[in-house]
Amino acid sequence: MAPYIGTATSRIDGIAKVTGAAKYAAEFNVPGLLHGSVVTSTIAKGRITRLDTSAAMRVKGVIDVLTHENRPPMADNDQAYKDDVAPPGSPFRPLYDDKIKFNLQPIALVVAETSEVARFAASLVTVEYEEVAHVTDIFAARDAAVPIKPPASPVGFTPPKARGQPNRALARAAVRHEGEYYVPIEHHNPMELYGATVIHESDGKLTVYDKTQGVQNVQRYLCGVFGMKPEGVRVLSPFVGGAFGSGLRPQFEAVLAVLAARALERSVRVVLTRPQMYALGYRPAMVQRIALGADADGTLDAIAHDAVTATSQFEEYFRQETGWSGLLYKCANAKYEHKLARLDLPTSCDMRAPSAPTALFALESAMDELAVALELDPLELRLRCYSERDQNHDRPFSSKALRECYRQGAEAFGWNKRNGAPRSMRDGSELVGWGMATGIWEALQMPITVRIALTANGSAEVACATSDIGTGTYTIMAQVAADMLGLPLENISIKLGDSTLPNSPVEGGSWIAASVSNGIATTVAAVRNELLELAKKVPNSPLANAAPDEVKLADGMIVDERDGSRSVSIADAMRHGGVERIEQEETTNPTADDSRARNTHSAVFAEVKIDEEIGVIRVTRVVSAIAGGRVLNTKTASSQILGSVVWGIGMALHEETLIDHKLGRVMNANIAEYHVPVNADVHDIKVIFVHEHDDSNPLGVKGLGEIGIIGVAPAIANAVYHATGKRVRDLPITLDKLHP
Amino acid sequence: MTKKPSEKSSGASKDPTRRRKVASGAGVPSAVAAKARPTTSDMVSVSLVVNNVHHSLALDPRTTLLDLLREHLDLTGTKKGCDQGQCGACTVLVDGRRINSCLTFAAMYDGAQITTIEGLARNGALHPLQQAFIDHDAFQCGYCTPGQICSAVGLLAEGRAKTADEIRELMSGNICRCGAYTNIVAAIQQAMGQS
Ligand code: FES
Ligand code: FES
Repeated sequence: MAPYIGTATSRIDGIAKVTGAAKYAAEFNVPGLLHGSVVTSTIAKGRITRLDTSAAMRVKGVIDVLTHENRPPMADNDQAYKDDVAPPGSPFRPLYDDKIKFNLQPIALVVAETSEVARFAASLVTVEYEEVAHVTDIFAARDAAVPIKPPASPVGFTPPKARGQPNRALARAAVRHEGEYYVPIEHHNPMELYGATVIHESDGKLTVYDKTQGVQNVQRYLCGVFGMKPEGVRVLSPFVGGAFGSGLRPQFEAVLAVLAARALERSVRVVLTRPQMYALGYRPAMVQRIALGADADGTLDAIAHDAVTATSQFEEYFRQETGWSGLLYKCANAKYEHKLARLDLPTSCDMRAPSAPTALFALESAMDELAVALELDPLELRLRCYSERDQNHDRPFSSKALRECYRQGAEAFGWNKRNGAPRSMRDGSELVGWGMATGIWEALQMPITVRIALTANGSAEVACATSDIGTGTYTIMAQVAADMLGLPLENISIKLGDSTLPNSPVEGGSWIAASVSNGIATTVAAVRNELLELAKKVPNSPLANAAPDEVKLADGMIVDERDGSRSVSIADAMRHGGVERIEQEETTNPTADDSRARNTHSAVFAEVKIDEEIGVIRVTRVVSAIAGGRVLNTKTASSQILGSVVWGIGMALHEETLIDHKLGRVMNANIAEYHVPVNADVHDIKVIFVHEHDDSNPLGVKGLGEIGIIGVAPAIANAVYHATGKRVRDLPITLDKLHP
Repeated sequence: MTKKPSEKSSGASKDPTRRRKVASGAGVPSAVAAKARPTTSDMVSVSLVVNNVHHSLALDPRTTLLDLLREHLDLTGTKKGCDQGQCGACTVLVDGRRINSCLTFAAMYDGAQITTIEGLARNGALHPLQQAFIDHDAFQCGYCTPGQICSAVGLLAEGRAKTADEIRELMSGNICRCGAYTNIVAAIQQAMGQS
């Protein structure tokens, strides 16, 4: 049925992106636009005792300097600042009062006629503080960490219950491994700077172009913070220059720009600098302790997974760090403990596959260490512990083709040629290491509403307030709509990234592909039903007796699926009925069936080459085999996995936000000293999608935005061990850690 | 088998109520700052050609070439990813050579010929690199893409890259956080094959 679904269709927004026509939040220029430059705190904790803006105000071209002392009114209760995905706690309020909760906190906004003047004047604002003791180091705060509380928000997470008798099982295990693993703070660092352009319309309404993964979340939030009516604020983000989770919650650039636009009744743009983006959320630092007990034959008998993860002093952010280990492998006895360490930093937040790449760095490193102790091939160990059920909740998986990932991945990589002994493989002066790891993520679907407007000339507009953060949402929406409406791809136009469109959740959790594609299917069915009613009224209609589920839309026709010769053209049906345009809007809710676990899986194989003398590590080959349900677009899906592997390389070898704990301030708040992979760091990456049929939703889509990163860092860490015989348990694996 | 990660220092500041006064911004001493205020007479005039269109402007001398393009000429195809020469998103071609436009003042380009992403297509036909980027899906969010493409145009003109490894090395000034590197290299190879 599908000329487009499942094919390597090029992005429909490709031309806009390669010609520079695609406009991002800070690129909407209007006459009279003012520019805001943010002044940030230089202490981590305390309060502002004096803020002197007089020198800034004297600069020609400066319109105003907004601070907590002179800003217009903002809401004074936590509830108003809670966004759709806020964790429990008291959300940060930008420019609210004199309190400093973290370094780089926004404390003033200089608004001027040009960005040059605004930036210069911002450098003239002087501040005096009363400083109090802060703590930004998770190792200093870990002893005071407190156990997580069951979720107080809909996006919270309840840790799985312990099962069996883990303590006894660990004590009696024939082979045991116990280790502590550290993952540092990491920042998303999307390429686009966070920015918002607020256009003050003549009727006083605000049009807000913001960098976000959820336009409606930002709109609701702004209404709460400023007590505005929803009709008065429209939020748009037609293109988003990457976000990776940093744009799930509304960020302060939008608040500051709206604050200034309201105070001055002018259009205002606020763009953060790259260093200021280190005051947004981040992947929390975490210390994890894993204990594994196995029988001599390599079957797991006990897992204990403890995690201490970082959050701010004012909100309790966490995800299911400890939830993955008891789910991934068959093991009768398991226990978990998850504590939160409170730091004087902004609240940590979701970053690409929150909790899984970090949890699995610990678990999959530990499994590799267990395999060494058992003198077993690491892949063989995984197969012996293969789980056919979700033991956390005692239920089957809706589908799980992980065994096939292992098989196809190993074959493509050449795993059977591996000599298991560390330091046994070489290429000239370089040590060669081969490592592997498993990945697991959730296959989620969320309620979503899609509107389709079909015109008699055979073109359709598909609308939903979701966003495309580079994932390819525009393209897969067009593919699904084209196939289901039986129209050519060029006849489909997609509207997204606009708060006035039908409801969508934020774009995260890899759930948009499944949600929006099935959402389109539901709305197409409504369009089809309306067309069938029209087609029945055509004289001598061959579809007079057809039921809705017996017809499909194909090649511009309404066709009887049982007898393809019975059909009416869409154009005829609409013309005869005197209808120029059909519009349907439907909401699709995911199945409420909890009897099966829904997950995606992966097997990752990595080769590293390490200069023996200097210790420089190159990741020369990666094979990532993915079981992620139906793939809607092999081209964009492959890009999702390729990009995720690059993220995994960064996590393994490069990325670390370094804080001077004495000052409580990030030392490498830029993208030269916060290392992200560059082109020369990336070599041969092969992506395999294994066949996996899943009937959890009509299209069988599971989502692919996150599964690709999970398992990459441990596969590389395990390869480093194999190459050098040195086990590094704290990321990133920099070359100094390879020296004795 | 257990090993602790390397020692981390506990760094909470000891003195609970230190008072200090700091300039919060770039640390420009206020005396200097006060004098440095621009007035209209401080404007500099610049004439340059961007994508074959001639422009004469009076500019604040602090205007970077990047902000000239984005803010004054509304050529927002050139992107700002860091504004400090670290990412390559702002890459444009000056007299055929690739540079980071955020790291240089517009006033220094009086008389120059600038080509931006908006100036690469000819008579509605995409530049071979633009087409190759679409064919190979050499981008995701698209934010680094104009810089990558302009940089690749410069790379091809330099004629130094022959192998995939050389392309990787010579394209490493252009960060792609979406991680499209594999496809960027493939796209450049396709365009090289055509030129
Ligand atoms: S914006 Fe110029 S190098 Fe990043
Ligand atoms: S495509 Fe998003 S940064 Fe390169």
